[in-house]
Amino acid sequence: MKALTYVGAWGALMAGFFLTLGLAHARLGAFYLPVAMVIAAAQMMVVMWYFMHLRVSSRLTWLFAAGGIYWLGILFVLGLADYLSRGWLK
Amino acid sequence: MSEGILKEQFDSLEQQHDASRLGLWLFLATEFLFFGGLFMGFAVYHLVYPLGFAAAGKLTNLWCGSINAALLLTSGLTMALGVNAAQRSRAPAASRWVALTMLLGAAFLAVKGVEYADDIHKHLVPGAHFALANQPPAQIYFWLYWTMTGLHAVHLLIGLGLLAAVWLKVRRGRWIGAEGAATELTGLYWGFVDVIWIFLYPLLYLIDRHT
Amino acid sequence: MNDEGNYLEAGHDLKSWLLTTDHKRIGLLYLGSILIFFVLAAFAAAMMRLELLTPQGDLLLSADYNKMFTMHGVLMVWFFLIPSIPSVLGNFIVPLMLGAKDLAFPKLNLLSWYLFIIGGILALYAIVVGGVDTGWTFYTPYSTTYSNTHVLTMAAGIFIAGFSSILTGLNFIVSIHKLRAPGLTWFRLPLFLWSIYSTSLILVLATPVLAMTLTLMAIERVWGIGIFNPALGGDPVLFQHLFWFYSHPAVYIMILPGMGVTSEIITCFSRKAIFGYAFVAFSSVAIAVLGFLVWGHHMFVSSMSAYAGTVFSLLSFLVAVPSAIKVFNWTATLYRGSISFETPMLYIIGFMALFSVGGLTGIFLASLAVDVHLHDTYFVIAHFHYIMVGGMVTTFMAGLHFWWPKITGRMYPEKLGQLAAVILFVGFNLTFFPQYILGYLGMPRRYHAYPPEFQVYNVLSTAGASILAIGYLLPAVYLFWSWRHGKVATPNPWGATGLEWKTTSPPPKHNFAETPVVSEPAYHYPPLTD
Repeated sequence: MKALTYVGAWGALMAGFFLTLGLAHARLGAFYLPVAMVIAAAQMMVVMWYFMHLRVSSRLTWLFAAGGIYWLGILFVLGLADYLSRGWLK
Repeated sequence: MSEGILKEQFDSLEQQHDASRLGLWLFLATEFLFFGGLFMGFAVYHLVYPLGFAAAGKLTNLWCGSINAALLLTSGLTMALGVNAAQRSRAPAASRWVALTMLLGAAFLAVKGVEYADDIHKHLVPGAHFALANQPPAQIYFWLYWTMTGLHAVHLLIGLGLLAAVWLKVRRGRWIGAEGAATELTGLYWGFVDVIWIFLYPLLYLIDRHT
Repeated sequence: MNDEGNYLEAGHDLKSWLLTTDHKRIGLLYLGSILIFFVLAAFAAAMMRLELLTPQGDLLLSADYNKMFTMHGVLMVWFFLIPSIPSVLGNFIVPLMLGAKDLAFPKLNLLSWYLFIIGGILALYAIVVGGVDTGWTFYTPYSTTYSNTHVLTMAAGIFIAGFSSILTGLNFIVSIHKLRAPGLTWFRLPLFLWSIYSTSLILVLATPVLAMTLTLMAIERVWGIGIFNPALGGDPVLFQHLFWFYSHPAVYIMILPGMGVTSEIITCFSRKAIFGYAFVAFSSVAIAVLGFLVWGHHMFVSSMSAYAGTVFSLLSFLVAVPSAIKVFNWTATLYRGSISFETPMLYIIGFMALFSVGGLTGIFLASLAVDVHLHDTYFVIAHFHYIMVGGMVTTFMAGLHFWWPKITGRMYPEKLGQLAAVILFVGFNLTFFPQYILGYLGMPRRYHAYPPEFQVYNVLSTAGASILAIGYLLPAVYLFWSWRHGKVATPNPWGATGLEWKTTSPPPKHNFAETPVVSEPAYHYPPLTD
């Protein structure tokens, strides 16, 4: 990859950083958390894609990189399913 | 030249390199789930105690956290450029970028130290003299804050050690080009340290700032 | 580069063993070490069974009884069952089956063993200086706040042994991806490799969560503040979520490798290809993945929400599907095969019966309402021992006999082997079947005394345990004997397929004189004539 590509990726990361920081002061209330997490996930993608060279790695490496995230998703979805539904039964 | 570095169980350097790269990605998946337990704890208590967490979330040091976020994102760039230079066998450039990455990492730890001192001064350590003693959820928040940032700092410190080893080799023209696997793997690890902070930063410093 | 002699003759001094990176020697190092842990854990089990011979708590104080079941659980789970087939047989056989010279990362493999030993020594130290009484599950807040035993040392031991598991799993996954011999495509792999691959996925993805859970528990115990203590606003149920996110998949670490051994042996001794190769292969992966979605069934009677409980109950039933596919396909493989009953096959047939009983009673426990009655009773004990002992230990014995000629270059005495397999089956059923009844009648687990009306079943169970002990001691004696005095084994004594049988017994240090090339599907046995 060209040096300029890396610098471009860094620019995107910094844009994400300032956006997260700026929106924190925009009084989005409960909406801020999901927005911040989406920006963070996008930043993670940029780091993995460019800085960690997934772009030029094999499909198998992509699978391994996605695996950890997917499995963490299982912990979150099923674990939080308990906490979110605790008040439902009167 | 490549004779000495090819291990007997592999047929080619490419196969060997591929295997070590896959191995490290798997290790990072493991690390990701290791931190995952803490993130899960944060998610659960944020859900259960929104008010207590909001009260505590305002007290973290926004300046330190933000400077560190910028430092670490930039160090990701310098590391990637270093790996890139090493892959192209440009030893002087690679060693410069790696040195700069170490400098940025050390700066992160310095800022973190200042921040920790400030936190201690403000009695934000859970326990007997905790500032928000009447709010147990705030104590849980700061317990998570210390554990998460502390564990991240330990990982960063290990990363600095790996970088130092890489730097010593690259300076002498080793660990680049065909034998650059170790340099590349260190770059992957550094990327992981970067990713963790990308999530810690909004969670610990921003989400409760204005609720 | 010609190596003189086989891997056992490549150096005889201690250093040549303790610093070896040969996967075969590391496999044997694991074999020796897990047997020590097995003996200690079995001793704890014997103490419990002796105590339960009479209704009164007369042999052990209840505090000592608590330490005994904790010791039994911790050592059996983390220091015997989890490393049993993967680290011993897997280490020895996986590179051979792949046609490779070694695993992808031989030094990492040796490091795994050292981590395992360090973890094991810490666990033993915790036991010697006074023991731990929390049970192997370390539930909070008892483990963090109230227990006055050596919880921290024990947790540190398990934490370190966990990293040994992670590195072993990582090594297997990368090796299976990258070191397959020419022509050995994914769908030509022996099914043992599919099951080891699935097991490794669990080792790599679940163990770190256990490591974090134990760390959080330890921090809370040391500083007295944390996130699991309800007095400080914490939630002990979160500990259970995190613990079972690891420990339920870990149960499949303790059965999937056994299923792989079964596929190898059942094809060999019925001289037939496996029925429905792809189904058996993918059912291993399915069990590994589904295993991550069902942990909540351990928590039906915690204060988990009833809705989450229902979801976990439904998901748990799903695990029965791939498990049943395996049992049906093994049975169909036997159909019209040329079956012979050598020792490994006898163990495997016993396994199929025991696993079916254990699996079906698992469905009872996955049912929300039934579990409320059976939770924490001997029914649960019987259920998981049918899987762990009836499943994993039986298949470990089967695999050990099956590959013994390859490992040692010697045959074990066949008649004694068959006798031992039968004794194990009888002793096991006599030990654990009465416990189903006890649990159904309501006897709770983890007590050293019980009402007199339960005595008859407990006496049966203890009697069974003594028969079971003979079933373990007998192979220990004749296998040890056969290492020196057994009949010399040919390279392929069973006439089995698979690359491990294409090299000498025992194999040379680098496994194969030249890299083998594969041109046939797995289990390509010549067609039978009627």
